[in-house]
Amino acid sequence: MRTIRFILRKEFLQIFRNKAMLPIIFIIPLIQLIILANAVTFEIKNITFNVIDFDQSSYSRELISKFTASNYFTFNRSSFSVENSQEDFRTNDSKLIIVIPKNFEKDFIKTGNSKVQLLIRAEDGNAAVIIQNYSTNIIRQFNIGIIPEWQGANTWKTPPMIDITYSNWFNPQLNYKTYMVPGILVLLVTTVGMFLTGMNITREKEMGTIEQINVTPIKKYQFIIGKLIPFWIISLFELAFGLLVAKIIFDIPILGSIFLIFFVASIYLFVVLGIGLFISTITETQQQSMFIAWFCMIVFLLMGGIFTPIESMPSWAQTIAFFNPVAHFNKAMRMIMLKGSDLSDIHQTIYFLLIYATVILSLSVWRYRKVS
Amino acid sequence: MSTDSIIIKAEDLTKRFGKFTAVDSISFEVKKGEIFGFLGANGAGKTTAIKMLCGLWKPTTGKANVAGFDVYKQTEQIKKTVGYMSQKFSLYDDLTVKENVSFYGGVYGLSNNSIKEKSEYLIKKLEIEKEKDELIKSLPLGWKQKLAFSVAVLHDPLLVFLDEPTGGVDPITRRQFWNMIYESASNGVTIFVTTHYMDEAEYCDRVSMMVDGKIAALDTPRNLKNRFNVKSMHDVFVKLARPDYVPNPIPSNQITTL
Repeated sequence: MRTIRFILRKEFLQIFRNKAMLPIIFIIPLIQLIILANAVTFEIKNITFNVIDFDQSSYSRELISKFTASNYFTFNRSSFSVENSQEDFRTNDSKLIIVIPKNFEKDFIKTGNSKVQLLIRAEDGNAAVIIQNYSTNIIRQFNIGIIPEWQGANTWKTPPMIDITYSNWFNPQLNYKTYMVPGILVLLVTTVGMFLTGMNITREKEMGTIEQINVTPIKKYQFIIGKLIPFWIISLFELAFGLLVAKIIFDIPILGSIFLIFFVASIYLFVVLGIGLFISTITETQQQSMFIAWFCMIVFLLMGGIFTPIESMPSWAQTIAFFNPVAHFNKAMRMIMLKGSDLSDIHQTIYFLLIYATVILSLSVWRYRKVS
Repeated sequence: MSTDSIIIKAEDLTKRFGKFTAVDSISFEVKKGEIFGFLGANGAGKTTAIKMLCGLWKPTTGKANVAGFDVYKQTEQIKKTVGYMSQKFSLYDDLTVKENVSFYGGVYGLSNNSIKEKSEYLIKKLEIEKEKDELIKSLPLGWKQKLAFSVAVLHDPLLVFLDEPTGGVDPITRRQFWNMIYESASNGVTIFVTTHYMDEAEYCDRVSMMVDGKIAALDTPRNLKNRFNVKSMHDVFVKLARPDYVPNPIPSNQITTL
């Protein structure tokens, strides 16, 4: 116990003497939260569109004005040739071309059936689907608006219609930040925990001080506890700071218990620090350790469900994601913060993280040999 | 020679890395309280031998006993009993003199009082009163080495291994360093020192010469010089390590004077 205390004191002295440490602890979370939370969004605004209106009728003009009036669309230009208009696809000036054929209004009144063509730039499939949804919505609104007007003149029959009402649970305003911030907090503690631990031990290898440590009677477990506890505390502090910033700046809802967040995080951090420790046992220099930690981070984060839903990955990728600790912690964080889930809702995540932490820590204790 | 006056006993100690044999079946004994010089050219296997004797590396074959403990099974006991100063400077650069002393004192299990006493004594002896709260990295190399030695003997080990402790240090500081070694030896600490400064070999009670992983000679400096009929340890070394070497026309006493 006394030995561990001496190691801890030495670690904390060194950590806080490192000039990069305070910025890492305070500036990184601020920048990540403020920039990423605002930047990472799937919402698409200012969709530039071209119009090819062969009909030039009051209905066609009305439809176009619906688009123009929407917050999501911005009118680019009008022309009478598809080829000409498509030039803007190549130059990125336009994302959508609305083609209104001749007799649009006439067909509508006569047969009740009319066609509009939407040409969508679909390099980004996701964005294309969103543009399509927005457009269909506007056209549907337009449709609902003119049916009574047209029917009033021709018939007294009202067509049967199902009225759909929406209620968005847990994020009623569909605010993207509400969804992203818990994920960014996950990213934050993972980065800090894994990189700092990994680099700390390899630094002792580079300096040669590890050799001196290895000839002292320090036990393996004492050394490892002494190395892990400081970064465990720093990462938890980082999470607290991040939550505070998220609450103050973004007013992120925290429906569940703060205590539960920290309980899950404290187990999760043992997994992350264990991975960092394991990396340091298989590398010799800080550079190597950085590189491997970076590689793991990319895989963990991109397959962690923070940016893209795990449910939409192919099933083999979902199997891999099951072994990704980030995915589990991210899920738990969103459940607790946004839905107020309690311990019984996330108990499986906790078991998983406990097993993961035990495995990875035993693995790195076994790999770490007290030899130079 | 009774067995309890022997602190290191190595028999056919061997270390191989793949096909390369770094230490090739060496056998020797070190007596309690002596200054034992472990000499050899760069790459002769000195550091490897030391690492096996400190319990850092397991030997490939052979036997060795350090302070009564077996180098295969009782490495933790060896670590409590010996001190070690590696070739690479190994105090913490970003800690102060006092913090380093307190850390190493603590991990060797010294009491708080004893740590305090020893660090005060050490600071006084090394005349670094003014620098005691400065980071190690701001100190000159010679001071660092003297400090590293003091830290290596902080826990009063029976035996201390010094792996090229004076590499890159100026002659005056080397002289002071050797005075510290003598002082420790006079307190009964056995000193096991490697060096490639041949003038330092003259300060040892006995020296062994390692050539290509083997011990080529082991005796007192005087006996070695008599045996090879030369005036200095430098010439002994050259004769052993480079048998085909053509003697230098410059008188050897001028070469060794630093």
